[in-house]
Amino acid sequence: MTMTKIVPTLTVQNLQMHFSARDGIVKAVEDVSFSVAPGQIMGLVGESGSGKSMTAYSIMGLIDPPGKIVGGKILLKDQDLRDLSPQAMRRIRGNRIAMIFQDPMMTLNPVLRIDTQMIEAVLAHQKVSKGEAREMARDALVRVGIASPDERLIAYPHQFSGGMRQRVAIAIALLNKPDLIICDEPTTALDVTIQGQILYEMQKLCRESGTALIWITHDLSVIAGLADAVCVMYAGKIVESGTVQDVLGQPQHPYTYGLIASSPSRNLPGQPLRQIAGMTPSLLNLPSGCAFRTRCERATSVCENTPPISTDGARTLRCFHPMQDAIKLVAEANHD
Amino acid sequence: MMNTVIESAETTKSEFAEETPFKRFTRNFFSSKIATAGFITLCLIVLAAIFASVIAPQNPYDLTQIDIMDSRLAPGGQNIDHTLTYLLGTDEQGRDMLSAILYGVRISIIVGVVSTAIALLIGLTLGLFAAYFGGRVESLIMRAADIQLSFPPILVALILLALMGPGTSKIVIALVAVQWAYYARTARSAALVERKKEYIEAASGLGLSPLRIVFRHLLPNCLPPLIVIAALQVASAISLEATLSFLGLGLSVTEPSLGLLIANGFDYMLSGKYWISVFPGIALLVTVVAINLVADQLRDVLNPRLQTQ
Repeated sequence: MTMTKIVPTLTVQNLQMHFSARDGIVKAVEDVSFSVAPGQIMGLVGESGSGKSMTAYSIMGLIDPPGKIVGGKILLKDQDLRDLSPQAMRRIRGNRIAMIFQDPMMTLNPVLRIDTQMIEAVLAHQKVSKGEAREMARDALVRVGIASPDERLIAYPHQFSGGMRQRVAIAIALLNKPDLIICDEPTTALDVTIQGQILYEMQKLCRESGTALIWITHDLSVIAGLADAVCVMYAGKIVESGTVQDVLGQPQHPYTYGLIASSPSRNLPGQPLRQIAGMTPSLLNLPSGCAFRTRCERATSVCENTPPISTDGARTLRCFHPMQDAIKLVAEANHD
Repeated sequence: MMNTVIESAETTKSEFAEETPFKRFTRNFFSSKIATAGFITLCLIVLAAIFASVIAPQNPYDLTQIDIMDSRLAPGGQNIDHTLTYLLGTDEQGRDMLSAILYGVRISIIVGVVSTAIALLIGLTLGLFAAYFGGRVESLIMRAADIQLSFPPILVALILLALMGPGTSKIVIALVAVQWAYYARTARSAALVERKKEYIEAASGLGLSPLRIVFRHLLPNCLPPLIVIAALQVASAISLEATLSFLGLGLSVTEPSLGLLIANGFDYMLSGKYWISVFPGIALLVTVVAINLVADQLRDVLNPRLQTQ
């Protein structure tokens, strides 16, 4: 790391997002902090219900009641998005922060033509003529690798395949040249070859334009190939974060290790697959202290207290019993 | 590899390009013979209503053309100087029944369509707002709709007309008042489903204004069930208007609609002068049945779950 200080595109500090349910308060996002620099790709990993999508929606300001952001800061460059009025936030959304959603089949309006939807996205934020907006839409389609963009512009979403629709969704996200793009599992619904192409193009676009990218997924292999940094979330908290090499190559939190070990590709053929025992706890009824302790092989009585955040270089960790030799364990487990 | 993907996408596109959504819709719609018959009948009725003043042998609203001496003539009867044959007979004031029916159908259709259109507009807007904004707005609108729907439509219409008096605009207001709640309910339930879909989230993610999301993105996707209900409601509005006119609370006596014509002839039913009531009755029946046939087919075509391919 050089000492020249780059202002991160996005800094999230101690973000807390709660749902008030009938049975109590659901702490969907609890004390989440991270930052993304321009051109950097950050992976946000976790099981379903770990709060990764809710973190994204909090950044976008798209939390609907009964959900509420109750604490923390969301800084875009150095402006706190939580201070903005709904109108001001609307000018940020789709303009400086864009989001790409999971299901490409659902993310485009089925009754509107592609050009209508793209021109609308441009005109919502830029003072240009309709013709210029159309030209920009055409350029964006070319940039995401869509051939014959003029024909494509006048087509309806149902005339596109899943991969093509996701390309269109990415093109829409790129239209207003955002500082930050949040991708909520955008390739989960696609097959692996299409996923590969889209990952490649997203990475290229980010590097070229200096756009920061938050990539939400539960697929560690995607993160390993795509991201620079990674945050692992469990039950609303980031349990481990750092560079991809550190966190995935040398996991220290037992949960991160469990996630890596349960990836089927790590197993030898014929061996039983590994899994993390138990289920994600209900957010209404979390274990005291470390939320992972009921499923953790290394848990002791000390884990009933809230684990401190330890920082080691670029890595942060919430664990009383960090694993120093996880990489060896992974290797040994595979050669049993 | 890129190229193969794009090529395969091209081929799927050209397959689709042969049949636009509208072509597919018309093909599905006219696949049923009975619906086609209903559609043709409806077209003929609407044309006859539009050109009533051209087709009709007499202007039944023009009192100078009506001769009391010609009253209650049987079908096929002629006036005194044998210049006019009354194909469907005349009523007790000497009006040509055919002309009166043509003009009556015109009034009935205008009242039915206009009241349905206004009710659709009001109900749709309220239903969409209720679904999109939720909370108090929703409770207020939907409770009002519930109260409205808890009364029989004819009762509400009768009370309103008794308060406002007769007249075309009054009956349109009464019909709107009894109809809007259906649209509000349907629009809300359709919008609640659509609202949960990702494209609405994506639209908010683009920073579009709430009004734009409601009218540009939510509305077109909620339309199919509303189109079906509107088509059915035109028919029921026409029958309700006929009922009200029959009861003497509808349109003015000088411009009779179908209901009023039926009511006029009602006194003569048992004295053998059936035509005064029966022919307007048949006209009403055919109109309502034709609209219902078209509406039923619309429902089948627009509801993907009922579609058999």
